[in-house]
Amino acid sequence: MSMRDALAVAALLSLVGAEAQAEGPGLGRAASASEIALFDISIGPDGAGLPPGAGAARQGRLVYEARCIGCHGEKGEGKPNDRLVGGFGTLKDGQAAVKTIGSYWPYATTVFDYVRRAMPFDAPKSLTDDEVYAVTAYLLHINGLIGEDAVVNAQALPRIEMPNRGGFTLYTPGK
Amino acid sequence: MKRRHMADRPEEEEAAGAGLLHRRAFLAATGALAGAAASGSASAESLAVESLAVEPWMTAPGSPFTAYGQPSRFEASVARAYANPPNAPGAGAARTPLHRLHGAITPNGLHFERSHSGVPDIDPDEHRLLIHGLVARPLVFSLESLARYPMESRIAFIECGGNSAALNQPEPVKANAQTLHGLVSCAEWTGVRLSTLLDEAGVDPAARFVLAEGGDAASMSRSVPIAKAMDDAMIALYQNGERIRPSNGYPMRLLLPGFEGNMQVKWLRRLKLVAAPVMTKDETSKYTLLQPDGTALQFVFPMEAKSVITLPSPDAMLREPGLYEISGLAWSGAGRIAKVDVSADGGRSWAEAHLQAPALSKALTRFRIAWRWDGGPAVLQSRATDESGNVQPTRDALLVRRDARALYHFNAITSWGVAPGGEVSHVYA
Repeated sequence: MSMRDALAVAALLSLVGAEAQAEGPGLGRAASASEIALFDISIGPDGAGLPPGAGAARQGRLVYEARCIGCHGEKGEGKPNDRLVGGFGTLKDGQAAVKTIGSYWPYATTVFDYVRRAMPFDAPKSLTDDEVYAVTAYLLHINGLIGEDAVVNAQALPRIEMPNRGGFTLYTPGK
Repeated sequence: MKRRHMADRPEEEEAAGAGLLHRRAFLAATGALAGAAASGSASAESLAVESLAVEPWMTAPGSPFTAYGQPSRFEASVARAYANPPNAPGAGAARTPLHRLHGAITPNGLHFERSHSGVPDIDPDEHRLLIHGLVARPLVFSLESLARYPMESRIAFIECGGNSAALNQPEPVKANAQTLHGLVSCAEWTGVRLSTLLDEAGVDPAARFVLAEGGDAASMSRSVPIAKAMDDAMIALYQNGERIRPSNGYPMRLLLPGFEGNMQVKWLRRLKLVAAPVMTKDETSKYTLLQPDGTALQFVFPMEAKSVITLPSPDAMLREPGLYEISGLAWSGAGRIAKVDVSADGGRSWAEAHLQAPALSKALTRFRIAWRWDGGPAVLQSRATDESGNVQPTRDALLVRRDARALYHFNAITSWGVAPGGEVSHVYA
C-alpha cells in the first residue's frame, strides 16, 4: 500500500473508531522516560533505537561459537535449527528456496533486533550490546556481505545493503 | 446403484451428486429407519443383542464436587497434538483436534497454541502494558486498571498464518484434519477496545503502525496498521469467560479479528506507535509469501475465506453405508460466511449446506448437510464464500495464483477421499 492509500484508510477507519469509541476512566499512569527506555528494545530499519556500542566479525565468531553453534551449525549452515547462511539465487523459478539472512532478510537491523530480544534460545537478552553487534557482524560476514574487521555500530548497520532488499511487494487484497 | 437407492427412498431428494441430500430428507429418512427397526429388520436385531441394564454407576453415589471441572476420563484422547523439539521446547505449535469437536467454540484447553520461545509464567500483578511512541501521553496500564475499563465481548477465530501449509506438498500428506488444519480455533474474547486506550494516550497523526510486543522470552513483535488498531482491535483479558489461558497470552493478548494469528501478540507488554513498520523478524523472514518470480508478498494481514469438513474426515471413518451428516467449519477474515457448498463427487456437483446460526463475522461457522453414502468411493469437499464474495479456491487455482513455496495463507479446498471400506483419507482431486 502506498503512503497515500495508508493515509486514506487510516482517515476512514479513525472515523469508524470515533463512532464506536467508549470513554475510559483514564487510569493509565504517565510513563517516565527511563521506564520507556527500559522497555523500548525495537530497532527500526533506519537504525532508530540502535544502542551505543560496536563489534566486528572477528570478535563475533567467538560469540557465535560459544552461544549459537549448537543450534545453527559450525558456520551458520543450520541444523537442528534455521540455516543462517547462503541460499543465494534459490528464490526464483520454483527452486527449493533456501531463505537465510543472506539470501532473504531485507534489513540488517532486523538481525540485531532479533538476536538481542530472542537469542540465544536458552538465555535470551543475556548478550551485551557489543556482543550483539559483533555476532550480527559475524552473520553478515559469513554471508559475504561485509569484511571480517568491518566495524558494525548504530551508524554502519542500517547502511549495509542486503541482497534481497528489493525482494518484497506489499500485498494488495485479492492477489 | 446410487439412483436405485434414491428410487427406494422417494422421500430423499438429491441436492447434488453422490448422495448429497436436501436437509429435510434427514428427518424423513431417520423416521423411516425407526419404522424399519420396529418391523424387525437387521438393524433391529443388532440393537436387540444389547440388553438394557442397571449400570454400576446407578447403584452407588458418584464422585464429590471438584474445584475445576475436567472432561470425562473416557475423552482423554481428545487432545492437542504437538511436538517439543529437545533443543527448543515450546518453539512450535499444538494443534486443535477439529475432527473430535462439534459446534463452533473451541474449549480453552484445546485452543491451538503457537509460541516461539515457550509459555511464560507471568505474575499478573507485575505485568504492565506500555503505550508510547507517537502519542501525546505515554501511558502504563496494570491489569487492575484495565479491569475498570468498559469491556466488550466478541466471538472470533484465530488462525495461524501457516495453517494448512502441508497442502502445498506435491503428494497429499496422509494426515487428519487436526494435523493439516488444526492451527485454527474460535473463542469468545472479552476485553478493552484498543482504540479506547489509544485515544487516552492521544495518537499523533504521523502514526501509521503500532508495534505490538509480547512479554515472552522471544519478545515476539509485529507491526500492526493503525487502521486496524483503531477499528476492532481489542486487549483481550478473558477467553470463553475465564482469564485467558497462559498458552493463549495470559494475562492479556492483542486480538485482531480476522488477521493472521502471529500478529495477535500474546503476553502483550508494549505498544509503540510508529510512522513505518519496524520490519521485525516475523514480518520479513517469516510470514511473507514467496512468489514464482522470487519476490515475496509482505503484510498479508487478513486470513482468506476457507472451510474444512471435519466429519467424516481421516480418523473419523464410516462404518457402513447409510445416512450421515457431513459437518465442518468455515471462516473468513473478511467478515461473515455467506454460504458453504459441499460436493461428494470431487467438485463435479455442489449443494449448499445449512449454516448453523449465528454465522458471525470473523468467527468459525459450523455447516452441515445430509448425505446418503452408498458404500462406493466418494470425494468430499467444502467451499466457503464470505459476505464480500470471496470464494475459497481449488488447490489447483490457488497454486496458479500463488507459489507452492508461499507457505502461508494456504486457503485451498481440502478433499477427503472415502474408500469403499469406509476409510477416509486426504487426497487431491
